[in-house]
Amino acid sequence: MRWAVVTFPGSNCDQDCVDQLGRVLNQDVVSVWHGDSELPEVDCVLLPGGFSYGDYLRAGSIARFSPIMKAVTAFANKGGFVLGICNGFQILLEAGLLPGAMQRNIGLSFICESVSLKVENKSSALTCQVPSDTQVLEIPIAHMEGNYTADEETLKALNENGQVLFRYCTEQGNVNDAANPNGSAGNIAGISNANGNVFGMMPHPERASENILGGTDGAYLFQSLIATMEGQR
Amino acid sequence: MKDSRIESVTRAITQDEVSEHGLTPEEFKTACRILGREPNITELGIFSVMWSEHCSYKSSRAFFHLFPTEGPRVLQGPGENAGIVDIGDGWAACFKMESHNHPSFIEPFQGAATGVGGILRDIFTMGARPIANLNSLRFGAADHPKTEFLVSGVVNGISSYGNCMGIPTVGGEVTFDPSYNGNILVNAFSLGVMKTDAIFLGSASGIGNPVIYVGSKTGKDGIHGATMASEEFGEGSEEKRPTVQKGDPFIEKLLLEACMEVFETDAVVGIQDMGAAGLTCSTFEMASRAGNGVELNLDAIPQREKNMTAYELLLSESQERMLLVAEKGKEQVVIDIFSKWGLDASVCGSVTDTGRAVITWLGEVVADMPAAPLADEAPRYERPHSRPSYLDETQAFEPTNLPDIEDANPLMLELMGHPNMASKRWVFRQYDHMVGADTVIAPGADAAVVRVHGTDKGIAMSSDCNSRWVYLDPYDGAGMALVEAARNLSCVGATPLAITDCLNFGNPEKPGTMWQLVEAMRGLGGARKEMETPVISGNVSLYNETDGQAIHPTPTVGMVGLIEPVEKALAGGFKEAGHQIAILGTPEGKHLGGSTYLNVIHGLTSGRPPKPDFEAERKVQGTVRALIHEGLLTTAHDCSDGGVAVALVDSSMHDGAPGARVTLPGSGRTDERLFGEDGARILVAYKPEDADAVKAMAASHGTPLTEIGQTGGDRIEITGLVDLPVAALRNRWETGFEDAVGLS
Repeated sequence: MRWAVVTFPGSNCDQDCVDQLGRVLNQDVVSVWHGDSELPEVDCVLLPGGFSYGDYLRAGSIARFSPIMKAVTAFANKGGFVLGICNGFQILLEAGLLPGAMQRNIGLSFICESVSLKVENKSSALTCQVPSDTQVLEIPIAHMEGNYTADEETLKALNENGQVLFRYCTEQGNVNDAANPNGSAGNIAGISNANGNVFGMMPHPERASENILGGTDGAYLFQSLIATMEGQR
Repeated sequence: MKDSRIESVTRAITQDEVSEHGLTPEEFKTACRILGREPNITELGIFSVMWSEHCSYKSSRAFFHLFPTEGPRVLQGPGENAGIVDIGDGWAACFKMESHNHPSFIEPFQGAATGVGGILRDIFTMGARPIANLNSLRFGAADHPKTEFLVSGVVNGISSYGNCMGIPTVGGEVTFDPSYNGNILVNAFSLGVMKTDAIFLGSASGIGNPVIYVGSKTGKDGIHGATMASEEFGEGSEEKRPTVQKGDPFIEKLLLEACMEVFETDAVVGIQDMGAAGLTCSTFEMASRAGNGVELNLDAIPQREKNMTAYELLLSESQERMLLVAEKGKEQVVIDIFSKWGLDASVCGSVTDTGRAVITWLGEVVADMPAAPLADEAPRYERPHSRPSYLDETQAFEPTNLPDIEDANPLMLELMGHPNMASKRWVFRQYDHMVGADTVIAPGADAAVVRVHGTDKGIAMSSDCNSRWVYLDPYDGAGMALVEAARNLSCVGATPLAITDCLNFGNPEKPGTMWQLVEAMRGLGGARKEMETPVISGNVSLYNETDGQAIHPTPTVGMVGLIEPVEKALAGGFKEAGHQIAILGTPEGKHLGGSTYLNVIHGLTSGRPPKPDFEAERKVQGTVRALIHEGLLTTAHDCSDGGVAVALVDSSMHDGAPGARVTLPGSGRTDERLFGEDGARILVAYKPEDADAVKAMAASHGTPLTEIGQTGGDRIEITGLVDLPVAALRNRWETGFEDAVGLS
């Protein structure tokens, strides 16, 4: 499959994603500059983590105006797969491609650590290859603004439509306050749009796709997208 | 008639201004001799920063010959922005550690943040892409009223800058001692990797080549920062806040990417970071390294605010700026790349053959000075030094005069909960230590390991210095800092290659402090030869002293090692129950002088540190590396602070680790057996089926191996001495740091 990884000024996980997709998962990857107004022919667009525009004003709030975002929006509206990781998730929220918003972590400090994620929906394009006997994934987070919030109605719709993909949980899979690192509503760590083709998640699967980095649970998510896209060809 | 603005920066100076600029009468005489006349006010400002202790190393340079700086792997030794070692197959590692102590005490967030920003620029200006940072931090007593503010500010500053840059902060140290109450230490280390044929130097070569200013605009911040960092603190030091620079990691990230892109072209001749003493230092150093001159037009310098004077433009320490010398005719290549990244790039001068820096402003010459004498012929002092008298008392102390331990259990809990020993998770959780997706061993281990992308090489790094030991014996204490750094690297399986250091000391004009500095440099120099780890970069930070109270002498050692294949790297901690535990090296703990036990339990900083035994260290470290490479060990942990007892408990502290049941060798005093801090000693564990192979390998290296027990259960049991639940120890260890400092 062919992927576009967008580099915004201040993106710093773009090369990590390019590398993991290309070297580890044998994908065809193109780097795309935020100032471009057109996307190359690709199957999936990835908005990487980092600090686009220094997170000034609000994380993702300036990057959403980058020229490439018009093309990304059009691509998503036509049903193309778009995955936003960390800052990429924040940009998708600011761009209105996903519902809700991010606040600063409840402890007001940056958090970098491996967390447990309960997979809430294994039929999505991002999670369909998670093994049936695996309920909990170990994937690291690294962010200052991951405290997801939305109005009651939106949260209700997300829950009812199976748009909540991951929740922070204990190692045993219990979703509770103690397992919530950042204050996120309903422990939400990742969601999709109603159509199931746009995904946002705060954890970094590209940091958990090789054994030497401490685990490979993140690879399930990329493999899920790859399998879905291959199935659609 | 002369423009009044020109007059204001070229006017004659007064004697008061000479001393306000920190020049001694002798130094002023030298300045006049070099110029052949009296400097004008702008030139005086230039002398002041170039000859500050911070930039000129005038008190320490006379002793630099004590340091071995050469070795088969050294590609670039001291004198450039950072040093470089060959790591094989066409790859090189570029690294340096630098202090940002004074600014971090005055303004902890910005001081620490710009410390990270500065050291990163030192690395990428050499052509290397930074892949890992460490930070060695020292604060005053945990319960000192300023400590919580300083810890929060410094950690937040490092986190905000490093995280935004996308360079993982993979380790370092955080320790507390009352000697740092008035002067904290923030030593920032960064390491980058590069191809050996793509090294860039800070040299203004090629007559007629354009000098290009790139990066952030120049503002009025940080003027005389280098001079501030070369003085003692006293009352009113907080008023020096305007001398601290303000960092913008977003701009630096753009600068990094633009530099990496421009290095791919053939446009760059030389490049240098504008750090301490800003545009002045980079201009004079680049010209002097090449033996050339530079013409610099200040009107072409991008400016953040209107009406800045020549004096301010030259001395500003605004961050995120570089001075670049390009191949003539390739100016546009440089300008296009920087403008793609939204950064200024302005041709502001050219290289000349005059050997002089000629600086113009508003069309007039405002400074005209020979470049090399300013950079190379800075004052150099062999200051008087003599052994301070406090040592008579501390070295006469005999730990065995203290009563021996009756019940070690409560002491063990107290030690594990002490902020110097407790988990630093609160700190490193705020650092993005995984960005780059190459972090193989994360913070909390003996050393961090980062993969060199696209290879099977791993770079291990560690920073070390037990400043209590250096205070009690600068020569042996400094030597021990070095062997301990090497031992830490060996415990993850890496072979030490070279070091960088930050020599943090008090006021060198006091003979006792100067003696500490000279002795520590001698001690480090000797140890480097013994351990074959040349020094390739570093800095000296003096005047870490407030109201006459100096810090403990702290020569922080940052050591870098290589492990390949990187898959062999061994992370610390017991893995599962039923493994054999043994002590590799010195079997029995004996040395309590200067120990953590004396400090934490008895409140004493007394006795003498152990003497480094280089032969034994080389053996034990070589053995542990060989064992790790053969895949025979499941745990290796340096026995240092708190001796074998703390090493044992440490190994059970991570989630899910088993406890241990051991019997310590010897029958001497309990305090010595548990907490003695002898060198050349490593706690190891291995699977029972590998025991014979481990013993055979230790024997073949001539290293003693003493089996002491097994992993398993949920208690730490040291026969007849300690018996505690792992959970109770872990609870102290997990909360000790935050509780002591009062962090939430």
